[in-house]
Amino acid sequence: MALELKMPALSPTMEEGTLAKWLVKEGDTVSAGDILAEIETDKATMEFEAVDEGTIGRIIVPEGTENVKVGEVIATMAGDDADQTDAEPPAESAPAKADASPAAASKGDAAQPAAVAKPSRDPDLPEGTTTTTVTVREALRDAMAEEMRRDDRVFVMGEEVAQYQGAYKVTQGLLDEFGPKRVIDTPITEYGFAGIGSGAAMGGLRPIVEFMTFNFAMQAIDHIINSAAKTNYMSGGQMRCPVVFRGPNGAASRVGAQHSQNFGPWYASVPGLIVIAPYDAADAKGLLKAAIRSEDPVVFLENELVYGRSFEVPDLDDHVLPIGKARIVREGKDVTIVSYSIGVGLSLEAAETLASEGIDAEVIDLRTLRPLDRETVLTSLAKTNRLIIAEEGWPTCSIASEVMAICMEDGFDHLDAPVLRVCDEDVPLPYAANLEKLALIDAPRIVEAARKVCYRG
Amino acid sequence: MAKPAVGGKAPKPATVPSDAKLATPKHNREEAEFVLHSLQDEHEKSLRYKATDEELLNMYEQMLLIRRFEERAGQLYGLGLIGGFCHLYIGQEAVAVGLQSALTEGLDSVITGYRDHGHMLAYGIDPNVIMAELTGREAGISKGKGGSMHMFSTEHRFYGGHGIVGAQVALGGGLALAHQYRGDGGLCLAYFGDGAANQGQVYETMNMASLWKLPMVFAIENNQYAMGTSTARSSAETEFYRRGTAFRVPGMDVNGMDVLEVRQAAEVAFAHVRAGKGPVLMELNTYRYRGHSMSDPAKYRTREEVQDQREHNDPIERAKKELLERGVSEDALKDTDKRIRTTVSASADFAENSPEPPPSDLYTDVLVESY
Repeated sequence: MALELKMPALSPTMEEGTLAKWLVKEGDTVSAGDILAEIETDKATMEFEAVDEGTIGRIIVPEGTENVKVGEVIATMAGDDADQTDAEPPAESAPAKADASPAAASKGDAAQPAAVAKPSRDPDLPEGTTTTTVTVREALRDAMAEEMRRDDRVFVMGEEVAQYQGAYKVTQGLLDEFGPKRVIDTPITEYGFAGIGSGAAMGGLRPIVEFMTFNFAMQAIDHIINSAAKTNYMSGGQMRCPVVFRGPNGAASRVGAQHSQNFGPWYASVPGLIVIAPYDAADAKGLLKAAIRSEDPVVFLENELVYGRSFEVPDLDDHVLPIGKARIVREGKDVTIVSYSIGVGLSLEAAETLASEGIDAEVIDLRTLRPLDRETVLTSLAKTNRLIIAEEGWPTCSIASEVMAICMEDGFDHLDAPVLRVCDEDVPLPYAANLEKLALIDAPRIVEAARKVCYRG
Repeated sequence: MAKPAVGGKAPKPATVPSDAKLATPKHNREEAEFVLHSLQDEHEKSLRYKATDEELLNMYEQMLLIRRFEERAGQLYGLGLIGGFCHLYIGQEAVAVGLQSALTEGLDSVITGYRDHGHMLAYGIDPNVIMAELTGREAGISKGKGGSMHMFSTEHRFYGGHGIVGAQVALGGGLALAHQYRGDGGLCLAYFGDGAANQGQVYETMNMASLWKLPMVFAIENNQYAMGTSTARSSAETEFYRRGTAFRVPGMDVNGMDVLEVRQAAEVAFAHVRAGKGPVLMELNTYRYRGHSMSDPAKYRTREEVQDQREHNDPIERAKKELLERGVSEDALKDTDKRIRTTVSASADFAENSPEPPPSDLYTDVLVESY
C-alpha cells in the first residue's frame, strides 16, 4: 500500500517551508534513515529522512517549491513488498494550491490582521517615504547590524548567535559581516554571560546580550536586576550600565510550562530598567535601535510566534523610535483595547469582529512596558470611556493589573464600565494542544470582554 | 611559607607535583601540570618583592590608613552613625595594598564585593568621601545612595562595591572583556572571598575567561570564614588556588599576611595575564580579625585563635618590624601613625557633619535619560 510522505515541521511554530531539494527520484529504493529531501524555512534547514523501507512512487511537489504547508503530501512511497502502482497518488491528494491557510486565522498566529484605520506612526515620516515588507526577525537583525556599523562599541553575545546564525536566526549574517570579536558565541551559562555583558557595559562597551529565550534568563535575573538596573542609582549616577538584554519571551507553541512564560510584568516592576515589548517589524527595528543607543539598561522582549510575520518598515537610513511611547494602531470611539507584543495582533483581529457588530474599538500598542505611557492610555479612555487590556501572560500582578490601577487612580471619572483584563489562564502552560489553546488568550475572549464593557451581547 | 594555619586548613606542601600523580595514566599529564603550576613554581623561586625603603614605607602607611579608618568606622557604627551592614577589612590589609601596588594606575580596573573600604583607600580615594558614604551623606562617593557595600569610582577605574556574593566576578569578566575588546593592554583584578568561591557564576566566568583568554586576575581573599562557616565546613576543596584547574587557569598560593609576598605574586600573575596568556587565580591567605559584619556573634571561632593571628601574623606589625630593621626610626613611624590618625579623624568629622542628601535626590539617578 502507498505511504504518503508529508511536509515535515522543523519546529512547533513552523507552518510552511521551502522544499529545497530532492535527494531521491521516482523509482528509487530507500531504507529507513536515508535522506529524501532538504527542507528550509527562514529559521533553519533540515534533512528529511525516510522512516520506512520502500520505493519512491511519485514526487508530487517539485524541488524549489516555496510555501509548502506543513502536512501537505509531497510524495508517495510504496512499501517494501508492494506493487509499484500502489504508489500512485490518489487523485484527491493532488498538490493543494499554495494559498493562505484560512485555518490559521483563528489561531491568530500566522494571521496578519490588517488594521482598517490608518495607524498613527511616530515620528512623522517624510512625505513620500516608501516601505519594504520585512519579517520581525529581519527587522531585529537589521537594527543590530545598523547599530554595529554606527558604533564599534556595540557587540552581540549569547548562545548560538555566531556560527549557528542564531537559535531563531535573528542574528543571521552578523558573524560574516562583523567577525567573531563582535559576534560572540557563549557557552550555555546564562548567569555568567549576563554578568560579563553587564560588566562590559560598566567598562564602556555597548553589549547586546541575547537569551535564547527569556525563560533561561531567570538564571541570570540577578545580574539584570541587581547589577544592571541598580548600579546607576547606587553609584549616585556615576556608573552606568548601557546593556540590552534581548530574546523571545512569552508562550511559543507546544513547548510546555518551563519554556512558556511572559516576563514583562517581572521586569516592568523594577526601577532602573527600560522594558520594551514590540509587536510589528517597524517597531521592533526602531525600538531596538533606540534601546542599543540608550544609556540605560534595557530588557527587550520579543516573541517567537511573531518572528516570521511580515510588516511594512519605512525605508529610512535611520529608523529610530522613541522609548516610552505607546502607539494607537487602530483608532476607534467605543472601547479601548490596550495590549502589547503578540496580544496586539489578537486585539486587531478582535477589533475587526467588533466592527462587524457595530462596536468601534481603539487598539493601543503599549510597546514600552517601563516607563509606561499613561498619557496615551488615559487620553484614549477619556475618549471611549471603556477599556479592556489584552495580555498574553498571567493575570495576577500583570501589566493588565497595572493599567487597571492607572485607570482607577487617574481615569475613574471617565469610566462608564469596570475595566476588564483578558489574560492567559492562571495555570502553568500545559503541553496538550487542546489544553494549551484553552490556557492562552485569543481573539474571541477579547471580543467577549469588549462586548461586556459596552453592555452588548 | 608563613601562612595562617586556621579554620581547619591543613598546611600546604611546598611543591605540588608528585611522582604518584605523574604516574597516573593520563596523556599530557606532565604538560598540564606544568601549565597549571608554572606560576606557583615561579612564585616560590622568589617569594618576596624587593621593595625600596620608600616603597615599603608607602605600603605600611596605606595598610595603617585602612586599619585606623576601619577602626573608626567600627566606632561610628557603634554610635549609630553608620547603618545597615558594615564589613571591616581589619587584618586583610596586605592583600589589597600588595595587589593594588602592582596595578597600572588609570588603565587596569578593579572590582570587589561588599568588604570594599580597604580597596578604595588602597587606591588613594579620599577617605572623606568614603566615610561620608558610610554615614549616608550627600558628600559621599555615591551621594549617600549606595552605602558601605555600594561604592564606585569610575575615575579610578574602581567598579565597586557589589552586595551580591560572587556577582563581582562575572562583572569583572565583563570588564576584562572590555580591556581585550579595546586592546588597551589593561587587566581586571576581581576580588572575592572564600565564601563567594562556592558560587556557580564564579566558575561560569572562569570557564569563559580561560576560553577567551581574558586579561583577568581572580583574587580569592581567603579569610578562612564565609560569615561564620569555616572553609573546612563549606568547601570540599579548601586549597582554593586549585579551583581553576578544571578550566586550565593556573593557580597561585600566596601568603596574604605579608604585603611583600602579595606584591611579588602580583608581579608574576600580572605579567602572565598581560602577555595574553589568559587569567590567573590567586589565593591570598589572610585573616579577618573582626566579625563578618558589625553584627557578628563571634561564636564560630575562639578568641585565642584571633589573638594568635594578631600577635604572630599581623601584616602591619610585620612591615613595621622590617622597616625598623632597615633603619627607619621609631620616631618617623610614630609621625606616620599620628598623621594617619589626624586624616581619619578629619574624615569622621567630615562624615558626621556633612548634610544628608536632599529629599529630591530620592528620584534622581534612577535612569540616565528621560523618556
